[in-house]
Amino acid sequence: MIDSYLRPAKIDHALAALADRRRVIVAGGTDFYPQRVGKPLTGAVLDITALQELKGICEDRDVYRIGALTTWTDVIHAPLPAWFDGLKLAGREVGGVQVQNAGTVGGNICNASPAADGTPNLLALDAVVELRSARHTRTLPLAEFVTGNRRTNRKPDELVTAILVPKPPDRACSTFLKLGPRKYLVISIVMVAAVLATSDDGSVTHARFAVGACSAVAQRLPALESELLGRQAGPALAALVEARHLSPLSPIDDIRATARYRHDAALILVRRAVGTLSRHA
Amino acid sequence: MHEVTFELNGAPVSLAASPIRRLADVLREDLRLPGTKVGCNAGDCGACTVLLDGEQVCACMVPLGQVAGRRVLTVEGLASHGELNPLQRAFHHHGAAQCGICTPGMLMAATELLRRHPRPTLDQVMDRLGGVLCRCTGYQKIVEAVLSVAHGHELSPAPPAGAAVGARLPKVDGVAKLTGTEIYGADYVPEDSLWLRVVRSPHARARLTIGDLAPLYQRFPGLVRTLAASDIPGSNRFGAYPDVKDQPVLAEREVRYRGEAVLALVGDAQSVYAITDDDIPIEWHVLEPVTGIDAALAASAPAVQTDKPDNILVRGRLRKGDADAAIGATTYVAQGTWQTGFVEHAYIELEAGYARRVGDRLEIGVTTQAPYMNQHETARTLGLEPTQVRIIPTACGGGFGGKLDLSVQPLVGLAAWLLDRPVGAVYTRPESMACTTKRHPARITARAACDAEGCLTAFKFHADFDTGAYASWGPTVTDRVPLHCTGPYFVPHIMATTTAVLTNAPPAGAFRGFGVPQAAIAHEALMDMLAEQLDLDPLEFRLKNAIQRGQTTPSGQALAASVGVRQCLQALRIRWRDWRAAAERSNRSTSTTVRRGVGIGCIWYGCGTTSMPNPSAMAVGIAADGTVTLYSGAVDIGQGANTVLIQICADALGIEAMRMRYVMGDTDRTADAGKTSATRQTFVSGKAAELAGADLRRQILRMTNAAAVARIEIGDGIIHVRDDERDHVIDLTALPELPQGDVLRGVGSFDPPTTGLDQDGQGTPYATYAFGAQIAAVEVDTELGTVKVLRMVAAHDVGKAINPTQVEGQTQGGIAQGLGYALMEDYVPGRTENLHDYLIPTFGDMPEIETLIIEDPEPLGPYGAKGVAEPTLIPTPAAILGAIYHATGVRIHQLPATPDRVRAAILARASLRAASSE
Ligand SMILES: Cc1cc2nc3c(=O)[nH]c(=O)nc-3n(C[C@H](O)[C@H](O)[C@H](O)COP(=O)(O)OP(=O)(O)OC[C@H]3O[C@@H](n4cnc5c(N)ncnc54)[C@H](O)[C@@H]3O)c2cc1C
Ligand code: FES
Ligand code: FES
Repeated sequence: MIDSYLRPAKIDHALAALADRRRVIVAGGTDFYPQRVGKPLTGAVLDITALQELKGICEDRDVYRIGALTTWTDVIHAPLPAWFDGLKLAGREVGGVQVQNAGTVGGNICNASPAADGTPNLLALDAVVELRSARHTRTLPLAEFVTGNRRTNRKPDELVTAILVPKPPDRACSTFLKLGPRKYLVISIVMVAAVLATSDDGSVTHARFAVGACSAVAQRLPALESELLGRQAGPALAALVEARHLSPLSPIDDIRATARYRHDAALILVRRAVGTLSRHA
Repeated sequence: MHEVTFELNGAPVSLAASPIRRLADVLREDLRLPGTKVGCNAGDCGACTVLLDGEQVCACMVPLGQVAGRRVLTVEGLASHGELNPLQRAFHHHGAAQCGICTPGMLMAATELLRRHPRPTLDQVMDRLGGVLCRCTGYQKIVEAVLSVAHGHELSPAPPAGAAVGARLPKVDGVAKLTGTEIYGADYVPEDSLWLRVVRSPHARARLTIGDLAPLYQRFPGLVRTLAASDIPGSNRFGAYPDVKDQPVLAEREVRYRGEAVLALVGDAQSVYAITDDDIPIEWHVLEPVTGIDAALAASAPAVQTDKPDNILVRGRLRKGDADAAIGATTYVAQGTWQTGFVEHAYIELEAGYARRVGDRLEIGVTTQAPYMNQHETARTLGLEPTQVRIIPTACGGGFGGKLDLSVQPLVGLAAWLLDRPVGAVYTRPESMACTTKRHPARITARAACDAEGCLTAFKFHADFDTGAYASWGPTVTDRVPLHCTGPYFVPHIMATTTAVLTNAPPAGAFRGFGVPQAAIAHEALMDMLAEQLDLDPLEFRLKNAIQRGQTTPSGQALAASVGVRQCLQALRIRWRDWRAAAERSNRSTSTTVRRGVGIGCIWYGCGTTSMPNPSAMAVGIAADGTVTLYSGAVDIGQGANTVLIQICADALGIEAMRMRYVMGDTDRTADAGKTSATRQTFVSGKAAELAGADLRRQILRMTNAAAVARIEIGDGIIHVRDDERDHVIDLTALPELPQGDVLRGVGSFDPPTTGLDQDGQGTPYATYAFGAQIAAVEVDTELGTVKVLRMVAAHDVGKAINPTQVEGQTQGGIAQGLGYALMEDYVPGRTENLHDYLIPTFGDMPEIETLIIEDPEPLGPYGAKGVAEPTLIPTPAAILGAIYHATGVRIHQLPATPDRVRAAILARASLRAASSE
């Protein structure tokens, strides 16, 4: 049985509760409950959903701050610049509306599923995770925060309070392509997030790509990113994407698809993402 | 425990409960509002959708603690003062609820949508309802209902007396389903029931020893009793066939599939769920499982069941003419091998029920498709007389064949019997998926031949079916498939064989079509291939060969009437030509990445049990107060039997259908109508209902000496019988009461005329056949291998559409299951035991479907009707695979046609072409 359930309204109380003993954190609950089907609900729970200061997205000088409790619905409806389009597209594809209304961005990265739709987008946005405990506050690039399949660098007494997204160049735009075997409520076979910016003369000044569901943790594609820098945006750009650019990926065979298929599909989707963004740019 | 206060359906509530409990459980158990359904507890099905501060959420993933101080709206809060609200009315009018288990979730998601967008677009409806799954409707009628709310709905006037057959009567049980008051298996357990949880094998094959359970009672004082195989007082073996009882209620020394029941824990709900499998002292000696057909047939394979050393459960066979000679005599021969996997029924309602002992009898309320079979089987296992067991079917939230076999019945029955306390049980989703029956995986090798004119001459067919660890309905599949394996065509020479192979997989049993969907994939691909060899149009080729009245079936049965396959094909012809031409135009004019194609599937299906008696008996009574009741032993599993049987019976009796009440399936109050399967209830029980109505009418006319055409009007305690001459009156209150409490009673029974089959499979296995044909237009992304079905048209010969709305609903729902089968459904034991790894179609996966109802009347059926339920799924995969071929030139030989398989086939074809052009 659950021997303790706390739902504090103040962050200090929450952090004190975490310092006090090991607790399972519950936010939207959309990963928490499905992992406990037919099983007793045991242990101590810290429900963080009353922490108002963890909700919503705000703009600072150099960064956008996405509160850990920001729901996918919040993301979809927030007035945000074009380089968040990819994250919004991801939000629309996380589960159904019920899941989007409850599920949080913080929960998505903390749950650290290889198929988490938020992660590739946030990686492509160079996002940084802010963690707080009763002792300290620290920040960690998302790429270092998620360390493996369902593993993160979060310490048991730490709360993820926000995801910080540094502003890319002004004209950056982004997209997200998700491939799954059905339309709604689908766990990705492959997904690609991309952010691209060009200068006035149309040459690429900023390129970020991340691919999810093709490795234990979503991976950036640095070779491709540097390949594209300085190139002229346009229909020819997509043709530059080659299989060797996908070397950070290590897809596996599973019930959803074969490894080979995942690899090929990732290549196609990255090309399509480049194609889409270079038309926008 | 915390005190939590919130607003529920407009009124404040306050209760003490653990704040981490799922809101869905609190609503259902503590607040006694079972309208919110639980299909998975994992966010996957959306049946539990409620509005929290106006936003849709899954109540199975909301901790009660988060609801404090907020507003919750559930389905019970929609209707006011018993009046359906406009959305509910639209659902009712459109037939948007079939089994109704998804309906509360659909209504809540739609309520949120309509508050935001009173005039929503199609995309908005799909997006905002996309988180709720429906396994019955194919979603189209739900979409239509939601879109129509803006226009307001007056329910069409109820049909007058004698005009119910053919009318779009809303479901007689619709209002209960729309208001959340319908009671399903998990929605009622008697006060102070104990709870039962089944401990299941995590291994596919193992020997086991159960250790000392005494310490468990000490650790968990709420545990009252455990049940093991040795506690079963009657026979521990059950099975669908009278002579094949091979499945243990609880495993004895060995388990034969993952999910097999081993032990039952009975106690308070909290305790039985707190005991984890690790707490239970079972010693497992794990053995290498026999997985798949090849492994089972290998000479060295261990026997899954010791008395079947070759792992062959049963074989089927049909021979007509000389197929080999006929194939040798022509150059036009097509052949291939096809493979399909396990498919899960994925009804949204989990298996559930309760039992209570009443003196020396047992009462079992349960979700089921077969109350009378359940009664006999449960009695056998408990060592009771069948009359000592009363089965009261609850509403059934989807069955599709999966609720024919026993689930909770024997275990809750035994526990209640031994403990003399009511006992309830509800499966979890992973449990339901692991332990219940599946569609048979098949490996089919088939060959078809025709002459130079394109007339079919011969067919050779063999199918191996993976029947899993126990027989279940395996013999039905091996019997039925040879009879249907050619498709609805006249073929003079046939050789067909089938084998059901035992493996350490879940028992494969009954699932919409009993093996015929698998066979249809093969016969329809062969038709396409032969047509191509002769350069004939695939539809015209089928039309040329379509079986006609007077011709004989593979079993040598001459079809005397109701053979509508030609009409079905003719009805599709114009669309077929237009769609094919449009697809080819589009492929010529646009990029090579996205290609379109159109395919066709054509089928037939014998209504009723194969070559066995399958009688149904119905009764209709009038009580002293004038209440008219249909006593129907036929369970409505969402397909609408309650409604069509009333339509038929009311017309036969000559009263308004809306006046008629019903009792469904209660074995104390109805007669055996047989099980709800094999597309038999409209045809067989429908005929019995017609005869019962006619019987009662005859009695009434005789009592009053009225003319045959007289009008019967039933009022409070009185019947007026009016003919041209006079107004005769029967004072019901003056009549003596009959046993059921009625004062008048008509009965009818019907057993369709069939014969046994000889050793060549010759005879009359079915009294009538349903026919159908469907065409599908698809779009294939050739780079990704993804397939989108754009639109479909289905033409089905149903004899007579008793209720056209329901025929459309069956068609759309069958197509949804067929589409899932074709493109995404693949059950892998241990891997896909939930609804996010096992994928069924969502709103966004369904094409627009047009239904063409063909009525070639069946003289034996009620008002000419036969059946439609199973046939609608059967042609869909074939049509989709044909469309993929038309689009890309690749034939898919393995289901499901997932993106990786389609892409691999496209790549293989490309490299083959490159090699041959070098
Ligand atoms: C039907 C369904 C479909 C889904 N589809 C998708 C999908 O398509 N794509 C996808 O990416 N995900 C999907 N999900 C998963 C899930 O909805 C998302 O990952 C969601 O964003 C999780 O957020 P949450 O707030 O509900 O997490 P919770 O369940 O509350 O928590 C998830 C985990 O993170 C921890 N945690 C949460 N917040 C914090 C915090 N601030 N600090 C520290 N630890 C924290 C929790 O302890 C827990 O371990 C789906 C889920 C369901 C039920
Ligand atoms: S029961 Fe909540 S989503 Fe299935
Ligand atoms: S009506 Fe939707 S699941 Fe049955």
